[in-house]
Amino acid sequence: MEISGKAIKFGANIDTDVILPGPYLVHTDPYELAKHAMAGLDLEFPQKAAEGVIVVGDKNFGCGSSREQAPIALKYSGVKCVLAESFARIFYRNAITIGLPVLVCTGVSGKVKEGDMLTVNLQTGKVENKTNGAVMQSTKLPEFIMEILDDGGLIEHLKRRIETHE
Amino acid sequence: MNIIEKILANASGRKHVSPDDIVEAKIDMAMTHDLTGPLAIKSFREIGAKKVWNKDKIVIILDHLVPASSVISAGLHKIVRNFAEEQNIENFYDVGRGGVCHQVMPEKGHVRPGEVIVGSDSHTCTYGAFGAFATGIGSTEMAAVFTTGKLWFRVPEVIKVDVEGKFQKWVTSKDMTLKIIGKICADGAIYKGLEFGGSIIRDMTVEGRMVLSNMAVEMGAKAGLIEPDQKTLDYVNARTDKPFNPIVSDKDAEYEKVLDVDVSDLEPQVAVPHQVDKIKPVTEIEGTEINQAFIGSCTNGRLEDLQSAAKILKGKKIKRNVRLIVIPASQEIYLNALSEGLIQAFMESGATIGNPNCGPCLGGHMGILADGETCISTSNRNFIGRMGSTKSFVYLASPATVAASALTGKITDPRETMGKVH
Repeated sequence: MEISGKAIKFGANIDTDVILPGPYLVHTDPYELAKHAMAGLDLEFPQKAAEGVIVVGDKNFGCGSSREQAPIALKYSGVKCVLAESFARIFYRNAITIGLPVLVCTGVSGKVKEGDMLTVNLQTGKVENKTNGAVMQSTKLPEFIMEILDDGGLIEHLKRRIETHE
Repeated sequence: MNIIEKILANASGRKHVSPDDIVEAKIDMAMTHDLTGPLAIKSFREIGAKKVWNKDKIVIILDHLVPASSVISAGLHKIVRNFAEEQNIENFYDVGRGGVCHQVMPEKGHVRPGEVIVGSDSHTCTYGAFGAFATGIGSTEMAAVFTTGKLWFRVPEVIKVDVEGKFQKWVTSKDMTLKIIGKICADGAIYKGLEFGGSIIRDMTVEGRMVLSNMAVEMGAKAGLIEPDQKTLDYVNARTDKPFNPIVSDKDAEYEKVLDVDVSDLEPQVAVPHQVDKIKPVTEIEGTEINQAFIGSCTNGRLEDLQSAAKILKGKKIKRNVRLIVIPASQEIYLNALSEGLIQAFMESGATIGNPNCGPCLGGHMGILADGETCISTSNRNFIGRMGSTKSFVYLASPATVAASALTGKITDPRETMGKVH
């Protein structure tokens, strides 16, 4: 599965309170959540992300609360994938669960500028910066995580597994 | 094996586990609340599940926006309340029956040493203070737990933190916790486990230990455990008659590293905006003006926190242009604070008292900050916009430091207020 899109860059320790501030947690509709994605840092983010983008973070992306609404807001605003030096654990699991690819990519924060065109191969973990020619290798996702992503998230994956068993 | 490895090995039916092993563990207790519960219930329905795996192992607590702060949050409460009714979940704590989830869980006997506990809230790690492996998960994973009673975990590397020394007067477990976060940093324990030990931890009350375990997630940790001892057993046995199996680390347990901390010279500490690991001694930032002070939350809304704050506030008035909000973390704590005269002391000082719930900690209601305002808080996060406006500022400190600051309207060293008594 190959993903391409413009990069939107953020710094270190991007927490789930800025990805989706607490007051919006009352919404359950993913598209309503998406309207407030990154509202703690950039109110224009949903418009920027709408064309389909790749978010590039530094270390500890997604730290803080366990709110699954944070990766949901990113995914439904148009984020196709998040690359970062490291991820906070609960955010990482939640992103996979809801079908948003997240890849640990050492060096990415230094080799990508805002607006660069990126291509990510989820199977091989290869990341290419088409704007400056840099090639990076992200940590490959294990097979069982790729299966969840291929199915579009844990719920679809569980349903499919139940169907296969029946 | 260390305590985390032993608990995960037990829960997955293995004799031995090592870091990086993936295990499927049986879940002993699963907790959800009004903000992440509705999404878990939605996912539960989407999976096509009809009945939860074990109704007695699920606890549901309304605590984030309680009583309902809007029509939308009332709707969320209704979803959760109906689910509890439909699934016949007896451990359902509605408005006025419980309080902040991480206080109610141990207080009502739902946390026992040696168990695996998950909650759809990041501060579920609080129960590590009782020697349980407890960690936060997302809503959909909670739905999977509701359905199967199991969840996969990667066995984490564990950092041992040994804390020695004795606290100076007016220095508390919160100051120690902030100091440790400053050393380990916000990403220093990502995917890892923490185990806290040392003489000061053994000397500490169960309440004090909960502050430390509560903030393990602020270092990125999956869990932060303290070996159970007689104090733990006394607390737990007074609150449940369910059997449990306390687990401690083997003598030859392996750790990724050991961090030694001495608290003997420790001053009161403050986390400054907007990062939990930006820690300064209070003497370096004294004088910073505040608009609001908050004493409460799953970190510091317990009786000993209220006692400490009341000692400082009793018979005095808070600064005219400061709002002090005090929220006892549970109904039980509120009642005890009432009978000890603490609530009266707070009210006479000019504080406003909230019903047990998360309150302004996450910017949902009951004390939201305006543009440019500053709050000093006993809670656990000072991220941008955490308590309201993205242009507001949150400082984290102990109940003593928050109370002392409310009196002066500026960040204040409680040792100054109380005359540096040793």
